[in-house]
Amino acid sequence: MFKILKKKILAPKVEMMVIDAPFIARNAKVGNFVVLRLNEKGERIPLTIADSSKKNGTITILFQKVGKTTESLGTLKPGDRILDIAGPLGHATPIARYGRCVLVAGGIGGATLYPVIRALKKAKNSISVIMGARSRDFLIWEDRFKKFSDDLYITTDDGSYGRKGLVTDTLKEVISNKPVALVVAVGPVRMMQAVSELTRPHAIKTLVSLNPLMVEGTGMCGSCRVNIAGKTRFACIEGPEFNGHEVDFKELENRLGFYKKEEETAYKLFKRKRQKK
Amino acid sequence: MRHRNPSKRINDFKEVALGLTEKQALKEAELCLQCKNPRCVDGCPVEIDIPRFISFVKEKDYLGGLRTIRQYNNLPSICGRVCPQENQCQGKCVKGKRARPVSIGDLERFVADYEILAGEMQTPKVKAPNGHKVAVIGSGPAGLTVAADLARLGYDTTVFEALHEPGGVLIYGIPEFRLPKKIIRREIDYVKSLGVKIRVNWVIGRTQTVNELFREGFKAVFIGVGAGSPRYLGIPGENLNNVYFASEFLTRVNLMNAHRFPEYDTPVKKARRVAVIGAGNVAMDSARTALRLGAEKVYIVYRRTGKEMPSRHEEIENAKEEGIQFHFLSDPREIIGDSKGWARTIRCEKMKLGEPDASGRKKPVPTGKEFSIRADQVIVAVGQRSNPLLVRSVKKLKLWGDGYIVADKNGRTNLKRIFAGGDITTGAATVISAMGVGKRAARAIDSFILGHK
Repeated sequence: MFKILKKKILAPKVEMMVIDAPFIARNAKVGNFVVLRLNEKGERIPLTIADSSKKNGTITILFQKVGKTTESLGTLKPGDRILDIAGPLGHATPIARYGRCVLVAGGIGGATLYPVIRALKKAKNSISVIMGARSRDFLIWEDRFKKFSDDLYITTDDGSYGRKGLVTDTLKEVISNKPVALVVAVGPVRMMQAVSELTRPHAIKTLVSLNPLMVEGTGMCGSCRVNIAGKTRFACIEGPEFNGHEVDFKELENRLGFYKKEEETAYKLFKRKRQKK
Repeated sequence: MRHRNPSKRINDFKEVALGLTEKQALKEAELCLQCKNPRCVDGCPVEIDIPRFISFVKEKDYLGGLRTIRQYNNLPSICGRVCPQENQCQGKCVKGKRARPVSIGDLERFVADYEILAGEMQTPKVKAPNGHKVAVIGSGPAGLTVAADLARLGYDTTVFEALHEPGGVLIYGIPEFRLPKKIIRREIDYVKSLGVKIRVNWVIGRTQTVNELFREGFKAVFIGVGAGSPRYLGIPGENLNNVYFASEFLTRVNLMNAHRFPEYDTPVKKARRVAVIGAGNVAMDSARTALRLGAEKVYIVYRRTGKEMPSRHEEIENAKEEGIQFHFLSDPREIIGDSKGWARTIRCEKMKLGEPDASGRKKPVPTGKEFSIRADQVIVAVGQRSNPLLVRSVKKLKLWGDGYIVADKNGRTNLKRIFAGGDITTGAATVISAMGVGKRAARAIDSFILGHK
């Protein structure tokens, strides 16, 4: 059992939790994730370790309430416990002195990018961050990103904050100004695809963090398989980061929709049950 | 042995084989000739004194029979159910030459299940703690066997399991209708009753490294992580929706209870026409699971013929009785999907049998003729391979093939404090062979540690 120590609402439907998990925090590296299961009947879902502290023995997770499991997670309060958490899982992000790095965060993707930005900054890279959100309310962790970036650009779909438009509009300008050594993009599939398409002709190394469906998260089932340069790879043990120029995004998007119907059923039942309460 | 009626049993996940009644067990035991040179024992990977345990059954001392088995095998109610007895003990039984062999597996199951009815669990004597810590990675058949035997020898034994429930392939792989969860849990309780500690959600290689285990004072590490990564065909269309690797399909149902969605949160797709590619135990398990999820037609698609199917004989019979259909000499070339990316058809090539290959089985040879099988769900069950997660995290560990650990028959690897056994050393094999090496590895670990006091 894993105790929730802190909880904070960051944006509509987006929450942050600090969880007591000393054995996971001990070896957690940038880019790792955990798989958690809320209770005996729960499913196993992967979530990025957005932050961790060896000293306090804690990990921080961010999640967006989009279905039954994440909504249920959101009903938990500090002091409550999560039944199972396994991790840290996945490969660590390769951190080196690349030079000029541009990091693109779409929505909740910021949770995954934050430790990457911090580590890249520490490795003496120059950091430009582009954050995209639907509107000002949905922007998360701007202060944290500001702290570790040399330039911070914000775009919103509705123009309520920063520049109106897509992250790729800004990225186009940023990469045309000065040479860029590395782009890391985390967010919705379409956004990561657009970023990769944009950087491809410039041959800029582009990492994306993929979020396929997972069951156990340790390479045993193949649920999370993705097509990378024509080869089947398991995101849980070979990723979750891959070269964006090699990812078959269309297949990923298709596979993400595999259980759409079941996800809707579960969510509907969950909401109905809550209303009764 | 009695089996539930096929038309009824395909509607639920309850156990198919009902086991022997006491009367049947006594009759079966009478068949045993009590050979002076019992061939059956030679056929058993853990060398159970079969005539002796059967002699207890004859005397109606069923718990005595169980105690005899447990001297050799810590998990008898599991082996009674999943061993391929026709290739092992029963395959060697002299009775089988004239008529049929003694149903040794059924008798093993009978005495093990008898204990459940009797209520109290028989716990053997455990030696006084010797103060040495041993780590066992993986809680499948190999790991549980090593852990139980070391605990009996007085070792402070901890098993590390990556998933949230111990049991390994017994839990996530073998379906309820073949091996009920409560049987596995009871066997695991037995292992725990010997003093074994089990830590779940503990991914060695990630949560903790093998070197960290040594630093924590573990004197030896046994790796029994199985060959838990699916093999696949590498043909176009394998990543379409509703194409499953058998491991995922079975894990969803067996470990996560997806057949009870939405009561349980994990879903699994139910389909009308299901094609399972492969003909081993995992393929049979997948086919029969799909049937129980409500499929109208389920096919086994196999590139050789019925004779070469590697599955346990009883499961093939069960599958046939349940109406599973077989497409032999059929080798899938492509899975074709609809415009929305969902599987619809498998394009196959017709094969014929040629000369025997390295496995001794006749090799399927292409004929050039193609045909299609309509299927809205495809389950790929063509074997397992080594999971690189742990194995590659141990520096200097000698490997063979595509990532299996090199170990001798006593589980010794090239690193003196590291032992290994089960599928991670041999490639996919049986529960009992994993237990066999587990027994020998426990002895090897014991002599290694005591020799280095």
